[in-house]
Amino acid sequence: MTDWKSEQRSREQRLNAGAKFAEGKMVAPSASTALLQAVIRPGDRICLEGDNQKQADFLAACLANADPKVLHDLHVVQSGIVLPEHIDLFEKGIAKRLDYSYSGPQGAAVARALNSGQIELGAIHTYIELFARYFIDLTPHVALTVARSADRDGNLYMGPNTEDSPAVIEATAFKGGIVVAQVNEVVDKLPRVDVPGDRVDFVVATPRPFYIEPLFTRDPASITETQILAAMMAIKGIYAEYGIKRLNHGIGFNTAAIELLLPTYADKLGLKGKIATHWALNPHPTLIPAIESGWVKQIHSFGSEVGMDAYTRARSDIYFTGRDGSMSSNRMYCQVAGLYATDLFIGSTLQIDLNGNSSTVTQDRIAGFGGAPNMGSDAHGRRHASEAWLKAGREAVDGDPPLVRGRKLVVQLVETFSEKTIPAFVEKLDSVDLAEKFKLDLAPVMIYGDDVTHIISEEGIANLLLCRTAAEREQAIRGIAGFTDVGRARDRKMVEKLRERKIIRRPEDLGINPLDAQRSMLAARSIEDLMHWSGNLYDPPNKFRTW
Amino acid sequence: MLTLKFRHTAKRRLSGKQDTAIIGVVASGNLEVLLERVLPGAECEVDIATPITGYDETWKAVIDEFVERFSPGGLRISVNDGGARPDTVFLRLMQGCALMEEV
Amino acid sequence: MENAAIYAQASWFQATARQRVAGLLDPNSFTEFLGPSERVQSPHLHLFDLPSAFDDGVVIGRGKLDGEDVLVAAQEGQFMGGTFAEVSGAKMVGLVRAARDHKNLSQIILLLLDSGGVRLQEANAGELVVAELMRAIVQARSAGVAVIALVGGKAGAFGGAGLTAATCSRIAVSEQGRIAVSGPEVIETNKGVEEFDSKNKALVWSTDGGKNRRLIGGADAFAEDSMEGFRAAAKALLTHVPAFDLRTMQAEHKRLAERQENFGACDDAVSMWRILSIKNPEAIRDMDSKDFAALASSIKEANHDAR
Repeated sequence: MTDWKSEQRSREQRLNAGAKFAEGKMVAPSASTALLQAVIRPGDRICLEGDNQKQADFLAACLANADPKVLHDLHVVQSGIVLPEHIDLFEKGIAKRLDYSYSGPQGAAVARALNSGQIELGAIHTYIELFARYFIDLTPHVALTVARSADRDGNLYMGPNTEDSPAVIEATAFKGGIVVAQVNEVVDKLPRVDVPGDRVDFVVATPRPFYIEPLFTRDPASITETQILAAMMAIKGIYAEYGIKRLNHGIGFNTAAIELLLPTYADKLGLKGKIATHWALNPHPTLIPAIESGWVKQIHSFGSEVGMDAYTRARSDIYFTGRDGSMSSNRMYCQVAGLYATDLFIGSTLQIDLNGNSSTVTQDRIAGFGGAPNMGSDAHGRRHASEAWLKAGREAVDGDPPLVRGRKLVVQLVETFSEKTIPAFVEKLDSVDLAEKFKLDLAPVMIYGDDVTHIISEEGIANLLLCRTAAEREQAIRGIAGFTDVGRARDRKMVEKLRERKIIRRPEDLGINPLDAQRSMLAARSIEDLMHWSGNLYDPPNKFRTW
Repeated sequence: MLTLKFRHTAKRRLSGKQDTAIIGVVASGNLEVLLERVLPGAECEVDIATPITGYDETWKAVIDEFVERFSPGGLRISVNDGGARPDTVFLRLMQGCALMEEV
Repeated sequence: MENAAIYAQASWFQATARQRVAGLLDPNSFTEFLGPSERVQSPHLHLFDLPSAFDDGVVIGRGKLDGEDVLVAAQEGQFMGGTFAEVSGAKMVGLVRAARDHKNLSQIILLLLDSGGVRLQEANAGELVVAELMRAIVQARSAGVAVIALVGGKAGAFGGAGLTAATCSRIAVSEQGRIAVSGPEVIETNKGVEEFDSKNKALVWSTDGGKNRRLIGGADAFAEDSMEGFRAAAKALLTHVPAFDLRTMQAEHKRLAERQENFGACDDAVSMWRILSIKNPEAIRDMDSKDFAALASSIKEANHDAR
């Protein structure tokens, strides 16, 4: 007789084991480690929400305190390895296998743990790829989530920090899994219900509010003249040229510079209303001046950003907002939006090779990919046209073929040298060596060269759509690689020809004088300026305050 | 400290009325450039003091390119480098020339 | 014209010493003494494989402030932390002594302080020069010279610079500026993080920063963080410079004793502001410059002649 109910039975057993430590769904903080040891089984797949911003930090600490003899060989499937406790799980032998997406803050620790064999790596994914696998072959047995508040029925309110949770919890709850939530407080009535209580099994009200990582805040005071020059070229040479209204910006100072040049430089170019109106974007503080100046129609966000709650609440015409008045985010939906409903992705990278493949992986730091591989890919399933998409598609082919497709613009911003004077343009990515060393199936590439349409350095813009051969592509990249070894090895004659064909465009070709790239062009030059732009609604976290 | 000296004959003398200009600050990732209009004809000299060794070829490439594109004839250019990137060096040299070209 | 407007708004905090001098004084009025071409540089830094600056991080000279002749010394906070050293200090001491001794020179000195104190690599020379500078300022003030400190750079005015500021006739400070003697890291290392968490920027600025200094009488004018802001503050301070005499010194001793009595038991700035009868002390932090300057003008302890 085939047993079709094993999952249900396992769920009942775990719930019974956990019930000893709970009153209804409520669990005392002091009983949390015992609860986790009761509901999790060795070898389980667990998702301990280490999202981009919010962290289930209390549950992470409790799990890291578990007895490795009781809980071991867990398979961690979560988007972010962010807290030190996430690494502790592997060092203590509580967890063994890892499938994840992003590890910025723990990049060095992940590299070390991989090196010492403490982590057995499944794969590094892009966000929606990982979320997709939650429904196919990486369904969590237990999800440890985090919310702002809960009621006694287990309904959860997450406010602006909805992020990954709906996808994680749906996959877990509807496949017989257990969902445990840590919350800042338990109340009688929630402002709104983000996750219904019958998907939630246990709730812990923690002594301290959960930690939120201020990942997307960039201090305008740190933006350099080089980044401003690249931003000017992006605006004039790409946004204006293709008419980019719908877009996503990756994290970084270069993109922050673009955001801060909209009300000033882009305004002088007469571009208001013609570009940058619809966004897939976290609530970047650096976009405040553009919003206040009337540039933006609408933004959907993957997550929140520390200090932006009051501002987003006061700008509900712009941001997605719940009935309670506070913002709502959703990483899964926003990643899909970025894939299919935007015409441009632009972001920075640490290394780029002669094919345009880019990577943020180095020998001693594995930061993962985050959303970039997804946002920075051409969606072949797209069927609706836009001017920008069609124009880019036509540039990639010769003549006027009947079945021409559009192309999503995928732009990489690369400073020829990093802060430590390490060249960003290389003949071979560090990823390739890393893949050999750890015997990975794939060398970790963030964005593949055949998806990249443009590369911008301080030396100019390389348009890869217009290249027809590998040699042209190589020289187009060398032609903007500045004084790096890669740049100095360029074929000068060929680079000049590429410039004539507008495959390479220097600042002068765009009518931009590099000496005009001054900090005075930024709409806001400090975090405090941003605060004033927002009418003091933006409340910058302490680490950004110099006043 | 490493000192480098480059001598060039530029295509022409740099225009403008300024005798001397200074740009930049000696700090990490930055540099100070002093320009003095003291050499005859289209002669040009660039003196560099830097605490970072091993980048001789890169400095030469930067200076060669700068002289080729901006013809700083007549200028003695002195650099105190705080460990700046080549593109920052190039930017300061351009900024310095622009100051010297002022009337 | 458009450039001038943008320039006037440019941040003092983020500017270089030369940009501040150019922004503070009347256009094209500045003549530099011992300029970079003269290459009066540090004789010591190369021994440590450290780069020197052509002006050793201090710009001195004469110019005009709204038509009036002034002497100026500006420290470059980005170079070696703006520190006092053999050459950088000597330039400032020489300027002050010149004003002291020569009545045909302007009798107004603007000191644009931006320094963490003494340059460790030139320790003894640095310590000596701070002492020489403080003595020179006192002598100059006795001879009728007005010495105005302007503090608003990234290095603040710590150590010898904090001491120097305290010997000046008047002090203008911006929100971003800080004035103190012991640096936050030094306090934390010696007394522990519970005593003073140097990484807590909000704490550091609320204690050493311009707003607190202005309110408890440690600075006489509050400037907006811009060239125009410091220009206006300097001009306002020059209209009323206290006499440097016994009466002033006695008043200062009285003021400082009262301050110690009033605030000695406080362990944070907000509690000090409460004692000053400020209605909503927590709002001070995010208050804009105009409103804050107006508030400060109404506080008795903040406005005095005793310096």
